[in-house]
Amino acid sequence: MSAELSAVVERDEAVLRILIEDMFSDYVHSIDDDRVEAWPEYFIDNGFYQVISQEGYEAGHAIGVMHCDGKGMMQDRVKAMRQANIFEPHRYTHVIERPRLHRTSSDTFSARTNFIVTRTMQNGDMETFASGKYLDSLDVSGKTPKFRRRIVVLDSRRIDILLVFPL
Amino acid sequence: MTETAATPSNGSFRWPEGGVTRVPYRLYTDPDIYAQEQEKIFRGPIWSLLCLEIDIPNPGDFKTTFVGEIPVVVTRGENGDVNAMVNRCAHKGALVCLKERGNRENLTCVYHSWSYTLDGRLNGVAFRNGIKGKGGMPKDFDPKKHRMEPLRVEVYCGMVLGTFSAETRPAAAYFGTVMDHHLQRNLSRPLKLLGSHSQMMKHNWKLYAENVRDSYHATLLHTFYTTFKVNRLDMDGGIALSDDGRHSISYAKRATLQESEEYAAANVHSAQYDSQLAAPEMLETWPEFEDGITHSIQALFPTLAVQLTLNSLAVRYFVPRGIDRTELFWLYLGYEDDDEEKTRMRTNQANLTGAGGLVSLEDGCINEFVERGTRGSSDDAAEFLEMGGLDVAPSEGSRATETAIRGFWKGYREIMGFET
Ligand code: FES
Ligand SMILES: [Fe+2]
Repeated sequence: MSAELSAVVERDEAVLRILIEDMFSDYVHSIDDDRVEAWPEYFIDNGFYQVISQEGYEAGHAIGVMHCDGKGMMQDRVKAMRQANIFEPHRYTHVIERPRLHRTSSDTFSARTNFIVTRTMQNGDMETFASGKYLDSLDVSGKTPKFRRRIVVLDSRRIDILLVFPL
Repeated sequence: MTETAATPSNGSFRWPEGGVTRVPYRLYTDPDIYAQEQEKIFRGPIWSLLCLEIDIPNPGDFKTTFVGEIPVVVTRGENGDVNAMVNRCAHKGALVCLKERGNRENLTCVYHSWSYTLDGRLNGVAFRNGIKGKGGMPKDFDPKKHRMEPLRVEVYCGMVLGTFSAETRPAAAYFGTVMDHHLQRNLSRPLKLLGSHSQMMKHNWKLYAENVRDSYHATLLHTFYTTFKVNRLDMDGGIALSDDGRHSISYAKRATLQESEEYAAANVHSAQYDSQLAAPEMLETWPEFEDGITHSIQALFPTLAVQLTLNSLAVRYFVPRGIDRTELFWLYLGYEDDDEEKTRMRTNQANLTGAGGLVSLEDGCINEFVERGTRGSSDDAAEFLEMGGLDVAPSEGSRATETAIRGFWKGYREIMGFET
């Protein structure tokens, strides 16, 4: 690769990093700000989302705590939590670290990002609800990056009370 | 943090008039009753699930668990036998196995290195003869008199069951013919673990024992299932009970679903949901059995349940973690010979249950709502359980009944000696 071309690629990666980081922030803010309808839109149409414990992930288990194979299942989850599911009102705040990115092809990245999520109940009870890492595969071919796959690996195999909003 | 719900015990307990149709709230908060349960129920004539047989396939494999609050370890011995002991050192009581699972040649306590065979016999005491002739155990120390306390074990339908009591009948007889038949139906083939997690719930363990037998609430609280016509009261189904009433199966047959006017007329919350799934493949299913039963939840006294809903096979068990805490474990299973397609369908359907279950996630909080709702109630305040009658009897054709809950309380009262 010529020095000139590799400079272009590098700049390109710097821009993509910004776009990816912005997308990661938008993703958690849409959940934290009760705009969960936006959540499936961060995925490509046949995108995959899973919440699984570290233990289950390491064991190669198919089943974790949530499993959406395609955007449709994510939309069904959103509809269910809005219209069908009963739970005590609560909100999350996600704190995410700077993602560690690896370019896997001209159109794709893989990423690992650690996170912590607090959960605040309507009566004021506030606790660390989840911690772990996002293991992502990203599609950067379009205007904004999208998840091909987001695996939420939880440090703990134990969920406090229930998990209704995505992480 | 939520404050504890425990209230000081107030004299001796008497069950109110009305038998199993009246369940005093005090049973969920009285520390004396909780302590008695540990002794009479969990050390009594009941079977607890210790682990699955596939958790400990090889000699030396161990898995730690709990029976009531008692820590237990299950091992596979050199000869292939399954053993279970209280996971407590005979020296000063430290946990012998610290890890949840592993493989060991023998079990050695980390504190002072007492070591045990895989079936819990003491076979080594560090510095037993002292050092350089000083110290050591008394001359009459007999290792045979010290061991990890054993449990009786039975491997039944892929499950390793344990009991402390010599009175507990063999599993098939304990569960009874009806239960045994259905357990054999679901679990008698080689199993494969597809995933597991647990859920911490903030209430007394018996509220979940009730909840898992509460066929009345199934379609009213859990509105996802209902709306997708997967499991409604108006499907052909019912409640089967063991002869002693303690164990139950809530079952449904999907083929005979009819729209029911009661639903429309009652204008229940469940009718509000738009039934169009964006991804109907989540409920993709294949008929596994010829008896037409598509959904069954089998509640086994006191803390075990086996579900096969569509093709989602799961074993749940729950463990008291103090008077007002219960940990619920979900073990999702398939059969060893499942092909990829079957695993995919079971995996998609697992979305319906568990801590994040589209159908069942409400169960993580609903019993806490009862726990919180009943705080400060008077000593004689009680649940009213007359749906479907006053008795403990199977219910054919209807699941709008509390008969299985009454069956649980019947067994509970018998064991606890609360029959007045
Ligand atoms: S407590 Fe186990 S060896 Fe001392
Ligand atoms: Fe339920």
